Amino acid sequence: MAVREGEPIISVRGLKTAFGDQVVHEQLDLDVRAGEILGVVGGSGTGKSVLMRAIIGLKTPVEGEITVFGEPMIGRDEEDAKNIRRRWGVLFQGAALFSTLTVAENVQVPIREYFPGISQQLLDEIAAYKISMSGLPANAGNKYPAELSGGMKKRAGVARALALDPDLLFLDEPTAGLDPIGAAGFDELIGELRDALGLTVFLITHDLDTLYAICDRVAVLADRKVIAVGTIPELLALDHPWIRDYFKGPRGRAAAAVSEREGAGA
Amino acid sequence: MSATPDLNPSEDDPDVIRLEGALTMVHARRLDEELAAVTGDHLTVDLSRVERMDTVGAWLVHKLVRDHGAKLVGATEEQKTLIEHVARADKPVTVRREPEPLVYQFVGQVGEASMMALSTLVGLLGFFGALCISIGHIFRHPRRFRFNAVVQQFDMVGVHALGIIGLMSFLVGIVIAQQGAVQLRQFGAEVYTVNLIGRAAMRELGVLMTAIMVAGRSGSAFAAQLGSMKLNEEIDAMRTIGVSPMEALVFPRVAATLLMMPLLGFYAAILAIAGGGLFCWISLDLTPITFVQRVREVIPMTDLWQTLIKAPTFGVIIAMAGCFQGLLVEGNAEEVGIRTTTAVVQGIFLVIVLDAFFAVFFTQIGWP
Repeated sequence: MAVREGEPIISVRGLKTAFGDQVVHEQLDLDVRAGEILGVVGGSGTGKSVLMRAIIGLKTPVEGEITVFGEPMIGRDEEDAKNIRRRWGVLFQGAALFSTLTVAENVQVPIREYFPGISQQLLDEIAAYKISMSGLPANAGNKYPAELSGGMKKRAGVARALALDPDLLFLDEPTAGLDPIGAAGFDELIGELRDALGLTVFLITHDLDTLYAICDRVAVLADRKVIAVGTIPELLALDHPWIRDYFKGPRGRAAAAVSEREGAGA
Repeated sequence: MSATPDLNPSEDDPDVIRLEGALTMVHARRLDEELAAVTGDHLTVDLSRVERMDTVGAWLVHKLVRDHGAKLVGATEEQKTLIEHVARADKPVTVRREPEPLVYQFVGQVGEASMMALSTLVGLLGFFGALCISIGHIFRHPRRFRFNAVVQQFDMVGVHALGIIGLMSFLVGIVIAQQGAVQLRQFGAEVYTVNLIGRAAMRELGVLMTAIMVAGRSGSAFAAQLGSMKLNEEIDAMRTIGVSPMEALVFPRVAATLLMMPLLGFYAAILAIAGGGLFCWISLDLTPITFVQRVREVIPMTDLWQTLIKAPTFGVIIAMAGCFQGLLVEGNAEEVGIRTTTAVVQGIFLVIVLDAFFAVFFTQIGWP
C-alpha cells in the first residue's frame, strides 16, 4: 500500500467531470507529491471543490483515472475504498461537524467506526489531545458545534480529520470566513501539523496569504484543467494573464510584500 | 508487524520496557491494556525496535513518561518530535458533560417545559397583538395591502389543497356511513345513517379534518418558509429596507388561511356527505334524490353557521402558529425542522381545544 519514494501520493490523469451537459473538468492532470502542501487556486466556478470531491470519491468522474497512495480509486468496491479512505482526512468548507454530537464525540466517530475495540478512556484521551493539537481551548471538548465560532468549528473539523492519523489531509477553503488573525493562526497550525505528523496537504484556497505562507507548490485551475503547477516564482515566470492578475493584483502584491518581509526578518 | 510491548526483556533489569513493531492505532487496544498493567517509578522505555509510530502510539509512550517518570531511549528524531508534539497537546481538555442526578434532570425538564409553554403562550399573544397592529396599518394605508401575495397564498393554501381534502373527506364520509349503518342496523334504525353522516360532517368532521389537513400542509409550510428566510437573514434584510415582515409575510398568509378555511371546510363537509350518500345508495338502496331530501330535512341551518364560524378561527390559529414558529427559528437548519414540527403540533392542539370550547358554547346558546 505504501507509496514508493518519488511517486506522487495523488495522481489524476485525463479527468473529465460534468453536471449534466455542463462540463467542469476536461483532460485534467495533477500530481500531489508526498509531504508537500499543494495549494489549489482558481476563479470561482472553476471546479476546485469538484476536483477535491472527485479525488475523495464523492463525485464520480465521466472519464479519467485517479490514483491515491498508488491505488486506483475509480470503480472500486466500498470495502476496498474504505481502507484507503481511512488514510485521509477531509475538512469541508463549513466544517461539516455532526451537529448532534459534541466536539469530542465528533472526533471519536471515525475512531469508533474503524477501531471499535478501543476503550472509552483511551478514546477520551485521544479526543482530548487531538482537540488540543488543533489549537482549541480546553473547554471546547464537550461543546456542541452550534456553540462554537466559525474559526473554532474549522479547528474542530481539523481535529476530526486528524482522528485516524491520516497521511493525507484535504482542506477546502480552511481560512474562508476567518478574521486575519484567525486565518494566520490556522496557516501556522497546518504548517506545524505537516511538520510534526508528516502530512501531505491538498489545500483549496482563495487566500493569497495562505499560499505565500505555507504552500510548497500551487496548482492553478482554469479553462477546465490545471494550467500550471509550481512554486509561486515559477508560476509568475509563466506570464499567463490570469496568473499574473491573480498574484500581481493589489491583494497579491500585498501578500507578497508580507511574505518577503517575513523572509528577510527570519 | 507485531506490536507486542515486551515488558520484561531481561531478568537483571526489571524496569526496562522494550516496545517493538508498529505503535499505531491498529494495535492501540492491546497496547493500552498491556501498558495499563505497568507499575513502577523508574522505568526505561526502549524504542529502538519500534518500526512505525503514529500519534496514538506516541500518546501511549507519553503516558508512560508522564505517569511513571519513564526515560526514553533509542527513539529516532522523528519519533521524538512526534512524542514532544503530543506531549505539548496534553492539556486537561473537558471531553464529556457531567450528567446531572436523575431527580434534578426530571425537575429541570418539567420546569423547562412549563416555562417554555408559558413563554410560547405569551409570545403567541404578543404575536397576535403585532398582527393586529399591522392589520391596522394596512387598513389605514390600503396601498400596503399586498394583493398578489395574498392571491398567491390563496392558491397555495386553498386551490392546491382541494384534491387531497376532497378525497380525504369523501373517504371519511364513506367510513362514517358504513360504521354507522352497522351499529344502527342492530336497532333497525338504518335510515338514521343519513342523520349521522349529515350532522357529523356538517358540524364537526368537515371543518376539523380540514383544519388538520391545512395545519399539516400549510402551517408546516409557513414555518419552514419563514424559518429558512430567517436563517438566510432575508427577514433582517427586509427590516433594514423598511418592509415589515408582519405586513409582507405574515399578513398575506393569515389572511389567505382565514378566507380559505371556511370554503375548504364547507367543501369538505359536502364531499363527506356525498361519500356517505354513495354508500347509502349502494348498500342501503337509498336513491340519491331521497338522500338529498333527507339531508335537507335533518341538517339544521345552525350546523352550517357553526362550521362557518369555526373555520376562520381555526385558520387564523393555524396560520399564526406556523408563522410564529417560523419567525422563532435561530441558529441552524436543524431548528427549522424542530420549529416546523412544533408549528403543526401546536396548531392542531389549539384547534382541538378550541373545538371543544365551541361545542360547549354552541350547546349553551341553544343551537341543536
